[in-house]
Amino acid sequence: MALTSIRPGRAADGQAEGTARVSAALWRRAWLRATLTLSPPLAWFLVIYLASLVLMLITAFWTVNPFTNTLEHTWTLANFRQLLTATYLSIIGRTVGMAAIVTVTDAILALPFAYYMARIASRRGRQLLFTAVLLPLWASYIARVYAWIVILQKGGTLSWALTKLGAGSVNIGYTNTAMWIVFSYIWLPFMIVPVYGALERIPDSFLEASGDLGARAWRTVRSVVLPLVLPGMVAGSIFTFSLTLGDFITPLLVGGANSNFIGNVIYSNLGTAGNLPFAAALAIVPIVIMVFYLLGARSLGAFESV
Amino acid sequence: MRRSGMWTRAGAILAAASALALAAGCSSSSSGTPSAGSSGGGGATSGLTAPEANAPVPSSVGKTEGKLNLIAWEGYAQPEWVKPYEAATGCQVSVKYAGSSSEMVSLMANGGGGQYDLVSASGDADLRLIYGGDVRPINIGLIPSWKNFHPFLQSPPFNTIGGKHFGVSYEFGPNVLLYSKTTFPTAPSSWSVLYDKKYAGQITVPDNPIQIADAALYLSKTKPSLGITDPYELTQSQFNAAVSLMKAEHPLVKKYWDLASQEISLFQSKTTVVGAAWPYQTNTLDAAGDKVADTIPSQGATGWADTWMLATKAPHPNCAYKWMQWVTTPKVQAQEADYFGETPANQLACPLMNKIQKGSCDAYHANAPESYFKTISFWKTPLAQCGNGKSDCIPFQQWVTAWTGITG
Repeated sequence: MALTSIRPGRAADGQAEGTARVSAALWRRAWLRATLTLSPPLAWFLVIYLASLVLMLITAFWTVNPFTNTLEHTWTLANFRQLLTATYLSIIGRTVGMAAIVTVTDAILALPFAYYMARIASRRGRQLLFTAVLLPLWASYIARVYAWIVILQKGGTLSWALTKLGAGSVNIGYTNTAMWIVFSYIWLPFMIVPVYGALERIPDSFLEASGDLGARAWRTVRSVVLPLVLPGMVAGSIFTFSLTLGDFITPLLVGGANSNFIGNVIYSNLGTAGNLPFAAALAIVPIVIMVFYLLGARSLGAFESV
Repeated sequence: MRRSGMWTRAGAILAAASALALAAGCSSSSSGTPSAGSSGGGGATSGLTAPEANAPVPSSVGKTEGKLNLIAWEGYAQPEWVKPYEAATGCQVSVKYAGSSSEMVSLMANGGGGQYDLVSASGDADLRLIYGGDVRPINIGLIPSWKNFHPFLQSPPFNTIGGKHFGVSYEFGPNVLLYSKTTFPTAPSSWSVLYDKKYAGQITVPDNPIQIADAALYLSKTKPSLGITDPYELTQSQFNAAVSLMKAEHPLVKKYWDLASQEISLFQSKTTVVGAAWPYQTNTLDAAGDKVADTIPSQGATGWADTWMLATKAPHPNCAYKWMQWVTTPKVQAQEADYFGETPANQLACPLMNKIQKGSCDAYHANAPESYFKTISFWKTPLAQCGNGKSDCIPFQQWVTAWTGITG
C-alpha cells in the first residue's frame, strides 16, 4: 500500500522538477526563449514567403526553350533588357499611372465621405454608412466588375439615364476611362476606412483651439485636419495603389484596345507563351515599385497610426 | 455629440474641394498611346527530327489497365461520353484541364512524366510536342473510324510526320468573319473590313498571338509581292509586314477579346459590328435573336484542329487506344461537336449531329465539300525552320513578343 501511494507521488515530483529546471534555464537565457518561440513562424516565413520570392528572382535570369517550353538554366539579362523596350515601358507606365490616378481619386472621394461619417453623422447614421461602405465587399469581385460593364457599355444604364435627362448618350465602355471608374469604385472602401479612423482620432479641442486662434474653416482644414489625416490617407493609398498595380481582371473585362497591365502581360507570358522567366522578370517590377512606395509611406507616418 | 460649428464648416470646405478636384481630373484624363518596338529572344532550334519517330507501335490493343489520365480542353471530357467509356472498358478517367496550348506543352514535358496518357492538343502545340519527344506514334490501323475521317484530317501535316501518325484527329473549326447583318446587308467578301477605317471602334479580334497569321493570310492574297505561301512560316520581312498591318489595325479595334462571351456581349450591345470569331459565337448570337452571320471571305480563313496525342511515357496505353477508338465514333463525335460548337473529323457524325440539335450539321459545315476545308489554313506552331528547308522563319515566341507590341 505504502509503495503504491508513494510511487506516483515520486514520479510527479520528478516531472515537476524537470519542468522547473527547463523553465529556469529558459528564464536565465532570454535569447533561447526568444529563439524557440520565434523559430516556427520565422521558418514558415522564410520558406514559404521569401524562398518563393527568391526562386522567382532567380528564374528571371533564365530563359525558356522557345520550342519545347522547358527552362534553360543559363544566366542571362535578356529578360530585363526586353523589359526596357518601349512596349513594356509603356505598359508599366500605364499600370503605375492608373494606380496613381485611382489612388488620388479614392483619396479625394474618401475624405469628405469619411469626414461626414466620423464627425457629422449621428451614431445611427454612421452605422448605416459603414454598412453601405463595406457591403459591396460581400459581393464577388467579378460580379461587381460585370455590373459596371452593363452600366458603361454602349446603350447601357449610364447612357440610357443620360439620354433620358437630355444630356446625350455616352459610349465609354471598354476604354481606360471605364477602367478608371471601375477601379476607383472597387477599391474605395479600402481608402474610406483608414481615413475615417484618422479623422475620428482628432480631438475636438484641436479644432476649437484653431477657431479660438482666429483660423477660418479653410485654414483649419489645411493646417489642422489634413496633416492629421494624411497618415491614414497614405495607409489607405497603400491598398488602392498596390491592388490596382497587381490587377489584371478589370483590364481584361472592362479595358479596351489599349488596356494591357503588367498583370495581363505576366498572364499571357505564363499562359499563352509559357515564358516563365520573362513573366518572373515582369513580376519583379511591381515588387520594386511597392518597396519604394512603402518606404515613402513610412516616411509620411503611415505605419504609426494604422 | 461631436458636432461643432467648426467641424461642419470644415466639412463643407472639404466636400467642395473634392468636387472641384474631381471635375478637374475628369476633364484631363487621358489614355496612354501604344508604342512600337519589338525585340525578342528565342534561340534557334537544332535539328528537326522527331525523337520518338521510330518508337514501336502495338499491333493490337491489349488488356486495359483500369485507368486513363487525360490533359484536355474544357468540354472535351464530358460525362455524356466519359461514363459509357468507363462502363465499357473499365478504365477510370481522370482529367486535367489546360487553359492554353503552352500549358498543355508544359504539362506534357518529359513524355507526360509517366503520369498522363493523352493530350487533346491543338495544331499550334502539336509540332512542339512531336519534336520535343513528348508524344509517340500510334498504329492508326487500330482506330477503325479513321477511314471515315475527312481526307484532309487523316494525315494532316500538323500531326503526321513522314507517314507516322502522332495521334488521331478529333474536331476542328474555322476562325470566321462575324458581322452584323444591320451594317452588312450582304456578307463582306474580304477580311479588309477588319482593316477599314470606316468601322473604327466597331471591330473586335481575338487576343491571341496566332492572330498574326490572319493578317499574313490576308497579305498573302492582297500583296502577292511579299511571297507569303504559308501564314505560319513567315520570314522576317513577311512577319514585319503582318505585324505592321495589325499595328495599323490597332486604333480601329474596340477590344481584343479574351473570352467568347466577351465577343458575344460586344455584338449584343452593338458596340462592335464586325470581328474575327468562332462559329460558336455566331450560333449563340443567332440563337438569342441577334441579327448576325458569319462568312469565310475570299482570302480563306485560319482554323484550329485538335488531335488526341499519346504521351511517350503513357502508363495506360491500352486504355488510351480504347479512348481514341471511342471518341472517334460517330456518336461521340456528334456529341462533342454540338457541345463545343465545332466540326467532327468523322464524316458519319453529320446525321447524328442533326438528331441532337436540328440543323447543326449544316451550321458547323460538317458536310461541306472538301473544297471548303481547303480554304482553311489550320493552326500550326510557327517554327524557325520553314518548310523550304531554310531556318529563317520567325518562331512562336517572337510572335508572342510582337503581339504584346501590337496590343500595347
